[in-house]
Amino acid sequence: MNLVRTVTRSRLFWPVAALVALLIFNVLVTPSFFTVTVKNGYLFGSLIDIMRNGAPTLLVALGMTLVIATRGIDLSVGAIAAISGALACTIIRDSGNGDDVGVVLTAIGISIGFSLVLGAWNGLLVALFGIQPIVATLILMTAGRGIAMLITEGNILTIASAPFKQIGSGHWFGLPAAVVIAIAMIAAVALVTRRTALGLLIESVGINPAASRIAGVRSRGIVWSAYIFSGLCAGIAGLIISSNVTAADANSAGLWIELDAILAVVIGGTSLMGGRYSITGTIVGALVIQTLTTTVYTAGIPKEVSLVFKAIVVIAVCLLQSPVAQEWMQRRRRPLPVVKSGAPVA
Amino acid sequence: MTSTPVLEMRDISITFPGVKALDGVSFRMFPGEVHSLMGENGAGKSTLIKALTGVYQIDSGEVVFAGAPLVIGSPAQAQAAGISTVYQEVNLLTNLSVAENILLGREPRKGGRIDWKAMRARSAELLARLNLDIDPRSELGSHSLAVQQLVAIARATDIDAKVLVLDEPTSSLDADEVAELFRVIGRLKDDGVAILFVSHFLDQVYEISDRLTVLRNGGLVGEYLTTDILRIELVHKMIGKEIADLENISSRTHAQSADGEDGEVPFFSATGLGRTGSVEPFDLEVHEGEILGLAGLLGSGRTEVARLVAGADHADSGETKVLGVRKRLRTPRAALRERIAFSSENRKTEGIVDELTVRDNIVLALQSDRGWLRRIPRRRQDELAQSYIQALNIRPANPEALAGNLSGGNQQKVLLARWLAVAPHLLILDEPTRGIDVGAKAEIQKLVASLADEGMSVIFISAELEEVLRLSHRIAVMRDRRKVADLPNEDITVGQIMTLIASGTEDGE
Repeated sequence: MNLVRTVTRSRLFWPVAALVALLIFNVLVTPSFFTVTVKNGYLFGSLIDIMRNGAPTLLVALGMTLVIATRGIDLSVGAIAAISGALACTIIRDSGNGDDVGVVLTAIGISIGFSLVLGAWNGLLVALFGIQPIVATLILMTAGRGIAMLITEGNILTIASAPFKQIGSGHWFGLPAAVVIAIAMIAAVALVTRRTALGLLIESVGINPAASRIAGVRSRGIVWSAYIFSGLCAGIAGLIISSNVTAADANSAGLWIELDAILAVVIGGTSLMGGRYSITGTIVGALVIQTLTTTVYTAGIPKEVSLVFKAIVVIAVCLLQSPVAQEWMQRRRRPLPVVKSGAPVA
Repeated sequence: MTSTPVLEMRDISITFPGVKALDGVSFRMFPGEVHSLMGENGAGKSTLIKALTGVYQIDSGEVVFAGAPLVIGSPAQAQAAGISTVYQEVNLLTNLSVAENILLGREPRKGGRIDWKAMRARSAELLARLNLDIDPRSELGSHSLAVQQLVAIARATDIDAKVLVLDEPTSSLDADEVAELFRVIGRLKDDGVAILFVSHFLDQVYEISDRLTVLRNGGLVGEYLTTDILRIELVHKMIGKEIADLENISSRTHAQSADGEDGEVPFFSATGLGRTGSVEPFDLEVHEGEILGLAGLLGSGRTEVARLVAGADHADSGETKVLGVRKRLRTPRAALRERIAFSSENRKTEGIVDELTVRDNIVLALQSDRGWLRRIPRRRQDELAQSYIQALNIRPANPEALAGNLSGGNQQKVLLARWLAVAPHLLILDEPTRGIDVGAKAEIQKLVASLADEGMSVIFISAELEEVLRLSHRIAVMRDRRKVADLPNEDITVGQIMTLIASGTEDGE
């Protein structure tokens, strides 16, 4: 009984429950859903597809988690992803030698470098100039697609490059390359935020900026680096997206990915008010969203109702996590008088 | 002037869980009179005002307004009855016009639409009543804070207020603006409005009010005519000791070696340090192992001094030296680098990071000093947390408890631990014992004394003069944002300090 309570009270309970429910639903509709086959030493199957297709959203959500933890938000990630993909594809095309590994690596390096610069721009506006994050990143959200258009000269760039194609559709260590990249980034974040003091300082700034300042925390630097990291994640996501189709589409690459990412963070239990964050929660959140998208396809839900279906599941998870619902369930579980903390005293 | 009060609050009590915020307080207001409500922090002033304006419900007692009993259930009811309030922070919309602000929610209408002409006319009339010559169509934000304050009063008088509550209306005004405000208050008085005035500035209280009510710790101390009570008596009543008692309490600390022999370089010194609108330029020295007490009423500038020394606010004049070497302390971080730690009086907003654990809170300042890359190893964190939890007797003794769930006194101890962990040379404590229980208070006082014995310099701020006297080697007295005295704690009595607080000189008035 105690264990049950601990589990159901966990912040991760409802997102995990939603994920499990979705998976079960899929198995009922498609009995072969859990089947993972090995072909040529590579893993294939619906679950693997979910992870592969979900990798860009997961990466973007990872960066978004840290930004949200500092009480911010980054709306520009979709645009940064588009720029990153456009830049890489343009460089590879202009080189005229798409199969040269050196060229592809240079293109990737420049794209990632530029994504870092774009993240730094967001961070500059937020941390140094004190512009509200939603406004500061809205600038790049709208302008960024324009920059991507300039880079591609308004065309959808299709390229032929076997090495570049590897990122989106290749396999490393038996897994899709995109999944390996996502896992590596998650591990890096977990390592950097928990093995150094960055996690503590990010949460401290997010929970109480004024107290953190008095305690000597360099909040500007911390907020700034969160946006830089978010830019990096978006850049890598952009490379995966454009590599997947070996093309750069300035208009639709990474479109609305910022909203999916924010949703993933929220479903994962990190509050938009900033402060405590959960990387695990974000991973679960991103998987819920991707599974939902996949379910819509595999279950043959008509296209017209797919968005409605997605909305219903998201609303359900968010409502179950809401303070009101949590309190209600706690009261049902244990009918104890709740002692409210006192009103402020003059 | 009529002799019957327009408002009488009788035997009002308000209880919050665990605290009696108001205990049988009576209060009355006469038409055409300015009545000042006096008291230190936690005296119950705000609670009484909020009871009057319908923000809080009274638990017992009765309110008689204009001769009839009145139950004030909500701010809207209070307004409808004729009790109007202008709060400390101007609650206006700076992006709208003056007229819109004055009549917001009460716009004159014609055929379902706002009658702009009538609106301008009505606003102009109200402004003229206050002798305020501004265009009702102008944007509110284009005017100075003082004018905005007056517009707020114009708004308050539109509802035909019989009682007007002005909560700290002068805190952000300069001398000329205050004069302007007082002129307006004078006019309203002539119109028979009863005005409740709250201010931390004794001079202003004496200038404008006819009557004073003093509260202390939620109880009524008394009601006095301003002409009948000397400032020194008033301060005694607010702080709570009779003069005779006070003369008997002599300080237990003696000015030690630390009171600055010639040639010794103080650990910290400031010359001409000041900030416009916050505190007048002052000089300050703190020697090694010395406890410097800062005494003064709330709003006297004692906190502002601490904030400037700690780099929490930017000074716009003067310079600071650490061990005789000029250092600019522009941020709390810069101050911490010089081993100057500042414990703010705002435990909630500038102290505790409530969703982090006790351990995280304790290591926070030390960790940010080391930088994010050099994480304090977990084992060392546990040791630090455990040792401070033991040394300061923090309850619950669980380093993984969320700091926000601790009681006020224990949160204060966690904060002390945070500052002590950085091994400060100068520790600035602003009201470290406010709102915490007696036991914890004594523990903290003892700790401060022993830290100074070990060579730490301390700036100690407290509203309780006895506490300041008991602990400090030297005492600086603040009054109306100015440092008025700096004396070694040798045979000083609370009475003498009060005289300084009240009049700025040792001889009284």
